[in-house]
Amino acid sequence: MSVVRGYNFAYLDEQTKRMIRRGLLKAVAVPGYQVPFGSREMPLPYGWGTGGIQVTASVIGPDDVLKVIDQGADDTTNAVSIRRFFARVAGVATTERTTEATLIQTRHRIPETPLAEGQILVYQVPIPEPLRWVEPRETETRKMHALTEYGVMHVKLYEDITRHGRIATSFNYPVLVNGRYVMSPSPIPKFDNPKMHRMPALQLFGAGREKRLYAVPPHTRVESLDFEDHPFEVQTWDDVCALCGADDSYLDEVIVDDQGGRMFVCSDSDYCRQRRDAGHAGHGGPSDLETVERGTP
Amino acid sequence: MYVAVKGGEKAIDNAHRLLAEDRRGDPAVPELSLRQISEQLSLAVDRVMTEGSIYDRDLAALAIKQARGDLVEAIFLLRAYRTTLPRLAVSRPVDTTAMHVHRRISATFKDLPGGQVLGPTFDYTHRLLDFDLAEPSAEVPEAPAGSPRGDPVPRVTEVLNREGLIAREVADDPNAPVGDLTREPLAFPADRATRLQNLARGDEGFLLALGYSTQRGFGSTHPFIGEIRMGEVAVEIEPEDLGFAVEIGDILLTECETVNQFKGSKTEPPQFTRGYGLAFGYAERKAISMALVDRALRGRELGEEVVAPAQDEEFVLYHSDNVESSGFVQHIKLPHYVDFQGELDLVRRLRAERDAEAAQ
Repeated sequence: MSVVRGYNFAYLDEQTKRMIRRGLLKAVAVPGYQVPFGSREMPLPYGWGTGGIQVTASVIGPDDVLKVIDQGADDTTNAVSIRRFFARVAGVATTERTTEATLIQTRHRIPETPLAEGQILVYQVPIPEPLRWVEPRETETRKMHALTEYGVMHVKLYEDITRHGRIATSFNYPVLVNGRYVMSPSPIPKFDNPKMHRMPALQLFGAGREKRLYAVPPHTRVESLDFEDHPFEVQTWDDVCALCGADDSYLDEVIVDDQGGRMFVCSDSDYCRQRRDAGHAGHGGPSDLETVERGTP
Repeated sequence: MYVAVKGGEKAIDNAHRLLAEDRRGDPAVPELSLRQISEQLSLAVDRVMTEGSIYDRDLAALAIKQARGDLVEAIFLLRAYRTTLPRLAVSRPVDTTAMHVHRRISATFKDLPGGQVLGPTFDYTHRLLDFDLAEPSAEVPEAPAGSPRGDPVPRVTEVLNREGLIAREVADDPNAPVGDLTREPLAFPADRATRLQNLARGDEGFLLALGYSTQRGFGSTHPFIGEIRMGEVAVEIEPEDLGFAVEIGDILLTECETVNQFKGSKTEPPQFTRGYGLAFGYAERKAISMALVDRALRGRELGEEVVAPAQDEEFVLYHSDNVESSGFVQHIKLPHYVDFQGELDLVRRLRAERDAEAAQ
């Protein structure tokens, strides 16, 4: 794809990139802390990943290999659109293979293939403030972070348990970073939370509309909030991926007919392909599970 | 066999082609020129310039054409372009007292120096569809050539100021640089200059509704229109190496100053207070709404009880920008399969547990 004329490498001007990198350095120095930054108006709409795009644009170099996923897949329309954007404005190599990428921009998932040292994972973040659902005011939540006043988060989880018998949060499940800041992992399923813990890759988070950056440096402690008698747990499935037979990946449910028929397939399209290339195969058909009574709590 | 949702690339290409085709409409109908848009849809151009934060009629007309007349989309296009432009200079404050006035009215004084100048207003038209406009008309009768008023048009608030009846407004430090929302994120409490900047870029409909809410009792500010003026003002910059100001052009502005009742507080005597609105082009609804909301947001500094949405600066300033709100509201149409799968799983589990309990 030809590189578009009239724009700087990776769209943003160098001063803006430096401003964002300074913010990122601060974010890395204080893991989980939300750093305000002068977010720019991007040629993609707010909510489409403008924060992640700005972070990617400010750290990407001509030798980087970029992978973009949305819902775990490389071929969803928004992932295609963002990958094309960088191919156009930066002319960088792109890939769908997790292991080949130096820079991975993601919305809503962490790849199943473990990331390695030297890789950077950039998250698109809609609402960076994990306390937002208990306190709508920014002036208040900033104070709560400063004073480590996180009791309300445990109260919220406790209320879930008394009301529903379990913690009723399935995605955007709050985490405690490096024992200090409560942080939103972005709307990834809680299935992915354990992957953040001591991840060898650098994790950067960009929220464009809310104008915040934050980061988790490599090998940092990331703990999901829970209680001793109600430990954190992740989703499990009784079925396996219909295409590759994986029983360890996050599965998307696909409706196959109007009779309630459905099948489960890997949300991570690269992981699924890798397994199929290695000779694994699923049962290939709809799920025969009648009522879905999944996993053990 | 399940066919994965492949082909995103091709789908996007085709969608763009369809969009281009729909934008053009019937090829038998002559294509709109930017000049037509800028001349005949001039108020749309004004709104797009104001909320898009660039004074450029041609670019705004292009954005409107490209956006198929969707003004919020046009504002977004203009903003995304603006953000790539270099900053050459910061202008000096424009002097609206020296405005070359096309319209100037006051609702507080029957007559006043500079006079009441009605100008090209919809205000006293009867809103009857003019079917003569349905066909290209031969000629528009020429409007009587009013002599532009050469005499100075003093501000209504200055008249009140002389008597000390209205709160004076002096910048804390007139030489301090003005904040720039497009470079620095909002922080609270926001100073008035930052608030006004936010409101100037804010969605007209949002400000209209908020301004209206103050009139209906949600944070009443008892406003009078001290003055609305619309006309050209000169823009000056002072290049660093030159040492004096040079004029770089004229822009059309609409300015509104409200005079609001204020019964006084522990520290302030009873006096009138002000609200301020300013917009590019001829944008009276926007300027008035902005002035109402500006005044409402001053509740904290005036010691008023802050209870209504329009008085709440986090509520107003965080939600006024239509590029932000339009994007975030519409992003929920992007795929959320993964999160939804999590919710499906959760609801099924909760239901299964309830059923199991009921069976016992």
